[in-house]
Amino acid sequence: MPVYNLKINGTAHSIEADPDTPLLWVLRDHLNLVGTKYGCGIGQCGACTVHVDGTATRSCLLKVSMVEAMEITTIEGLSEDGSHPVQIAWKEIDVPQCGYCQAGQIMSASAFLNTNANPSKEDIRDAMSGNLCRCASYNRIEKAIETASSKLS
Amino acid sequence: MKSSNNIHLSRRSFIKTSALAGGGMLIGFNLFQACKPEAKPPVDISQLNFNDFNAFIKIADNGMVTIFSPNPEIGQGVKTSMPMLIAEELDISWDNVRVVQGALDTENYTRQVAGGSQSIRLGWEPLRQTGATARQMLINAAAQRWNVDPKNCTTEAGVVKGPDGATLGYGELVKDAAVLEVPEEVTLKKPEDFTIIGKDIVNVDVDKIVTGKPLFGLDYKEDGMLTAVVMRAPSFGLKLKDYDASESKNVTGVVDIIDVKNRIAVLAKDTWTAMKARDLIKANWEEDTEIESTAMHDKKLMDLLNGKDFKTMRADGNVKKAFAEADQVLERVYESPFLPHNCMEPMNFFADVQDEKVRLVGPIQTPERTAQQVATLLERDVKDVSVEMTRMGGGFGRRLYGDFAQEAALISNIVKKPVKVVYTREDDMTAGVYRPAIKYKISASIKDGEITGYHLKEASINSNMYGLIPNFFPAGAIENYQVDVAKYDSNITTGAWRAPYTNFLSFAEQSFFDELAEVLGKDNIALRLELLEKVKGTTDERIQYSPERLQNVIREAVAKSGYGQPKEGVYQGFSSYYCHNTHVAEVADVVMENEVPVVKKVTCVVDCGVVVNPLGAKNQIEGGVLDGIGHAMYGNFTFEKGTPVDKNFNTYHLIRINETPQVETHFIKNDYAPTGLGEPALPPAGAAVANAIKIATGKRLYKQPFVNELKVKAPLG
Repeated sequence: MPVYNLKINGTAHSIEADPDTPLLWVLRDHLNLVGTKYGCGIGQCGACTVHVDGTATRSCLLKVSMVEAMEITTIEGLSEDGSHPVQIAWKEIDVPQCGYCQAGQIMSASAFLNTNANPSKEDIRDAMSGNLCRCASYNRIEKAIETASSKLS
Repeated sequence: MKSSNNIHLSRRSFIKTSALAGGGMLIGFNLFQACKPEAKPPVDISQLNFNDFNAFIKIADNGMVTIFSPNPEIGQGVKTSMPMLIAEELDISWDNVRVVQGALDTENYTRQVAGGSQSIRLGWEPLRQTGATARQMLINAAAQRWNVDPKNCTTEAGVVKGPDGATLGYGELVKDAAVLEVPEEVTLKKPEDFTIIGKDIVNVDVDKIVTGKPLFGLDYKEDGMLTAVVMRAPSFGLKLKDYDASESKNVTGVVDIIDVKNRIAVLAKDTWTAMKARDLIKANWEEDTEIESTAMHDKKLMDLLNGKDFKTMRADGNVKKAFAEADQVLERVYESPFLPHNCMEPMNFFADVQDEKVRLVGPIQTPERTAQQVATLLERDVKDVSVEMTRMGGGFGRRLYGDFAQEAALISNIVKKPVKVVYTREDDMTAGVYRPAIKYKISASIKDGEITGYHLKEASINSNMYGLIPNFFPAGAIENYQVDVAKYDSNITTGAWRAPYTNFLSFAEQSFFDELAEVLGKDNIALRLELLEKVKGTTDERIQYSPERLQNVIREAVAKSGYGQPKEGVYQGFSSYYCHNTHVAEVADVVMENEVPVVKKVTCVVDCGVVVNPLGAKNQIEGGVLDGIGHAMYGNFTFEKGTPVDKNFNTYHLIRINETPQVETHFIKNDYAPTGLGEPALPPAGAAVANAIKIATGKRLYKQPFVNELKVKAPLG
């Protein structure tokens, strides 16, 4: 099996995997970074969202062979101790219910705020429409992104 | 609870204490049953035995309190709210409380079930009594040391205060308190003295969730564990004929491929390999039982509804006579599809079946039942089977069923290795235990402008409404009242789905009452209040909804939402409902955008008694309302050739953030014992929206999902 050199959360990793293995499963099964979640496997739910060169990307659709030399950030690497403004806002607003989708929500929200630091409600709703929350904690996701945005600006 | 009181229950039967070897005091208690006489809490904190005690409180000699919570967390917040009850009566600062889920390697223990929005209701008294008992023992220890009457001592935030101003921290007292006798009588706080109950407390696992720590079943791993992905019959009604797995066997990383009772399991070293190899199996299936479809179910259910083969669940007066003598009859049929649960965490379970013992780990709401089922399946003594619960990435009823745990056990039993079964989303949606499709026919007889009779008929798949549901509103309000049920037995597996039966019955009933008000030429709110008036003073014990409390939430929802005086361009729909011991009223505000009705806001008024944790409670209400709207609006789930047409989120529509209204929640303030919140906000939501859409568009909705009826493409948000 081929070996891939990946850069994840600032650390270099050599991974032996089939070229078509999705980044999601490399993270979860090979590197034990299980914060990135499996939800649908077809890029429809956003639970597996990570940052690839700063952009929110569905890791279930990204083959390991495509991400060499790219900067990959997972929820475990967003901050050292949960101190990213989006994570702080998530705690302050008490967003999670079951919590399963929240890492993906936070990764989408943090990448989005990097491109739009002062979003309107509509901007937030559009930007986050790719992330499903089955508990429907949507009102609080909206509020937490507003809170994070005010912390950032 | 109207006021504080001395309760003369025997606490000795369910609470026992020990002095910890490393310092501190351990209180073991068994929430819903008595401990065995010989049971003793351990002196070593690593040896917690959840067989005799299903929860523990450790008070360390520095005053820190650790609560080992027995409750599985599906997302309803009980892992936070139940410890709050203990901490309140123990009289400590929440900042000094840590909540821990029971140790992972504990052997042979079982715990209680999470389901039916009952955790807080059942835990309210015993959990507070446990906290109060511990507090009393600390007071007794202090009084002994000071040589004063315990009655003259008080507590505040983890400190016992003596009559002469002397103080001792709990930590300084634990060594003495641990060896005292458990008091028989304790005094609970008055609600006005609460310092934790009623305060906003953030979910105790939030740090772990936002940093992506392993919490869920899918995150669980052990050395040497294999991942199993299973090929199951592609349709309900098919059985395995033969298969060729030669291509799958050649995939690097595949360890084994086995037959498991009509299924084929691929075992691999990692998940992706197992998924990929499973899809390479070429299997042939043959018809075993009838292959069903939605068109067939529609016909069967309609035939049942129009037939005579019913079981009567409640009958008051003489419905037949009332209808025969009526001036007018209103009769309407309401239809709902099957629904999948779609927990965001797909079904999965870990099993390690060995000669000495069977270990199961994963997300399950019913550990005891699952242990029993696995014991039966493997012909093992249930004492050899342990079930450990992880946090659950959603439940909604699906994780009451242990089919996936049994599957994991069967596979591990064959390969004699630790195995984790993982469902793909497609597996999860096609091998479900679905909410059954249901149709209701509701008829009302009208004589001289009054409702004289009410007849509710249910036609459902596999099972019918149960428990007290036939006695919900309007039972007791209408003299001639009857509820009849019938079912069609299908080979498609069905079961509980968040607020079973009421999740759709509420839509049917509350839509019907709005239409009935229209026919009677009455105000829809006045009609509801008037009917509830007739229930007051009822002596019928089957009627457990309170007409006063339901009237109260109705009036409050009208006031808070400005119902009846909407702003220009806003159309409001009303709905009120009682289920899971909680009374709720909701008003939906709808506006027309590009000729499409859009829900902008929902005002929700809830009477759930004392609100233990308002921050968590509101989260449940917001989620329940949006879930109710999402499924009423978009939940389009049909079967063709024995299998669901939609198998993943590319075609199956779950509500998304850009389609959601804002939910405004108000709680009725009172001192009644708290009732559940995981479910009751969901059922009224569909009718509130449908009643608003009727006013906005003139179209009355009888069938879910609404998108099909409104003939508009999603999104409606």
